[in-house]
Amino acid sequence: MAMTIRQFDAVVVGAGGSGLRAALQLAESNLRVAVLSKVFPTRSHTVAAQGGVSASLGNDEPDNWHWHMYDTVKGSDYLGDQDAIEYMCRKANEVVIELEHFGMPFDRLDNGKIYQRPFGGHTSNYGERPVKRACAAADRTGHAMLHTLYQRNVRANTQFFVEWMALDLIRDADGDVVGVVALEMETGEVMIFQAKATLLATGGAGRIYAASTNAFINTGDGLGMVARAGIPLQDMEFWQFHPTGVAGAGVLITEGVRGEGGFLLNKNGERFMERYAPTVKDLAGRDVVARAMATEIKEGRGCGKDADHILLKLDHLGADVIDKRLPGIREIAKKFANVDPVKDPIPVVPTCHYMMGGIPTNIGGQVIVPDGKGGEQVIRGLYAAGECACVSVHGANRLGTNSLLDLLVFGKSSGDQVVHDLASDTLTQKPLPADAGDYTRARLARLDGAKSGESVAEVGAELRRTMQLHCGVFRFPDSLTEGVRKIREVADRAANSFIADKSKVFNTARVEALELDNLVETAVSTMISADARHESRGAHDRSDYPSRDDAAWMKHTLWFKEGDKLEYKPVKLKPMTVESFEPKARVY
Amino acid sequence: MRFQIYRFNPDQDSAPHMQEYDIALEPTDRMLLDALMRIKTVDDTFSFRRSCREGVCGSDAMNINGKNGLACITPLADVQEPVVIRPLPGMPVIRDLIVDMSQFFKQYHSVTPYVINDTPRPDGERLQSPEDREELNGLYECILCACCSTACPSFWWNPDKFVGPAGLLQAYRFIADTRDHATNDRLDNLEDPYRLFRCHSIMNCVDVCPKNLNPTKAIGKIKGLMLKRVL
Repeated sequence: MAMTIRQFDAVVVGAGGSGLRAALQLAESNLRVAVLSKVFPTRSHTVAAQGGVSASLGNDEPDNWHWHMYDTVKGSDYLGDQDAIEYMCRKANEVVIELEHFGMPFDRLDNGKIYQRPFGGHTSNYGERPVKRACAAADRTGHAMLHTLYQRNVRANTQFFVEWMALDLIRDADGDVVGVVALEMETGEVMIFQAKATLLATGGAGRIYAASTNAFINTGDGLGMVARAGIPLQDMEFWQFHPTGVAGAGVLITEGVRGEGGFLLNKNGERFMERYAPTVKDLAGRDVVARAMATEIKEGRGCGKDADHILLKLDHLGADVIDKRLPGIREIAKKFANVDPVKDPIPVVPTCHYMMGGIPTNIGGQVIVPDGKGGEQVIRGLYAAGECACVSVHGANRLGTNSLLDLLVFGKSSGDQVVHDLASDTLTQKPLPADAGDYTRARLARLDGAKSGESVAEVGAELRRTMQLHCGVFRFPDSLTEGVRKIREVADRAANSFIADKSKVFNTARVEALELDNLVETAVSTMISADARHESRGAHDRSDYPSRDDAAWMKHTLWFKEGDKLEYKPVKLKPMTVESFEPKARVY
Repeated sequence: MRFQIYRFNPDQDSAPHMQEYDIALEPTDRMLLDALMRIKTVDDTFSFRRSCREGVCGSDAMNINGKNGLACITPLADVQEPVVIRPLPGMPVIRDLIVDMSQFFKQYHSVTPYVINDTPRPDGERLQSPEDREELNGLYECILCACCSTACPSFWWNPDKFVGPAGLLQAYRFIADTRDHATNDRLDNLEDPYRLFRCHSIMNCVDVCPKNLNPTKAIGKIKGLMLKRVL
């Protein structure tokens, strides 16, 4: 049966922060735009961001974008592209002020300006001391931001397709992307969205790990789609483990707790970060803090009867500050850790939180791939922004609050790029290839036809266990090699997985099976990229190569599903207008 | 642990039924959502919405032992067996615990849920004192889970005409924002026998809100402003 085809100027896949920010640029340009989302937009995972969005507004003390840029380059362990980082830090004030004008309920200083708090890795005067740069709405900044962006899209009359899951990209013979195939969850119908521009804003994929702060929907759908379409994934070995996930539950406790003055303790009651980062202590980069915590636990100084966690103390802030600045944290700690942080410390462990890698893009969100002649070329019709994209501004380690900034800046720039490309006739409505949708149809037919097999839940659990065990905070050569073998085995098992539910209407078993395919591409690319990178940089820490190796490894990884091969490309060390920040030893 | 769960699949069922499950839980299963996920691993036809699993996205609202709530922040230790789970009351059921929320969102959209301010945009932020900002507390935190509106008899009766507690809470969120200049239009928008005035202060909304918000209070404030306007 032929699939229904709908035509648009642009289709945005995902309605979290970056998707909504991009959609706004498109809708306000009077283009025909479809925004597809697996969940109602305000249920996207941006909603769970807590601590703040960075911008060097300098509302409470002197600050400037160049300091912010330095911190971000250093935080990235010099793997971030300095042109993109300069662009982001320079745009920060504009996009945050714009968000305030949209109605974002930021907390306020006495003079009426936006409240700012310190955050990990953000410093004054190139590393001297912590600086107040995180613009916050209590500890619900992501929630406030996502709702504000959705509300602004309501005003712009953006056309949403809610509870639609994009399944595959459609590429024509020239390699151009001409749309997506998507599943309407309520009816089970599969449709083609033909579009001049396809913008992926599918967010993260933290569900490849057993312990994760991420929502269930974070299954790397955009990554799976591009990998299956023959486009590489960049820097997938770099995953951020957030220092403070609630032990056992995984739920996030914002770094804003430490920004407000909280700190970490080992079983001896020692404030151990003073040893690992003498200058900024608990506000060092997340990779540094997570490793310090894991080291304390490994060396027997963990807390609790199994010595398996660290304590986050904040009772000294007092009930007033906690209720005013960290009310959501108090709620979460009571519910998920059974402690009231006004009285007792919160048990925490490093927990998978953020994917620094993703779909390779430039500053305009255009997806870029090697041209085979040593240079790069744009994939016509395809764009990506937010966590699913790799610009790369976060390099080997992201600073807290830079993710919300990333999605505002690059959501907007990619929306603008699409508008520009459509206006300049770079993009036209190309015909669909004759076999459009066939690949997706075959995937669905296999699922519907399978009479028996391993359950999707079982294979998914094995995938998460494998990643957790073989590709965590600390990585070991034998374990990585074993991890590669095991994750390939998981991939084979996923290809033969089985669902009992064959019905049409809101078949969540089918959705989870299709998500598993995306988790598999994400996990395989992560494990293989990690096994191949023979150095320690940012969030990637190997026992056999304990140091950063700038001579050999200051380069981005590209993993191709086709042929399961790796290529590398240089880091862009040259900023747009200022001098480069030369790599230095990273000390906090 | 024993559960009785509302099941309905329009592909094959002519009418809904309650299905019993007796499930062995793991020590790590602490919230109701953990148990529902456990059930789904043995019966993948069981359908419900879920995402953040920490009470901020609003996906997994359902009726739990007769009271609306979020499965992900309902501790298993606090619920009586057998746990009776039904979809949110008064909404058309699509399948199992998944309801059609179109009417709910239509009402939310009807209150022009965005800041309206036509003055030229300043270079910096629009200033707001901490005290004025505090007026938004208890309003902006709404997660649109619909626990409140689907616990409200007035909303059950007139879901197409009565905005409902969630929508009205958001209507007041923008009235209360000093940056918004459309209070009069917003009051006009609610000036009719149904949209606002079908609230009879039954306060079911306050009782069930998983974020401890108080729509009845916000509705009272809107009514107060309307009164002030005619005096």
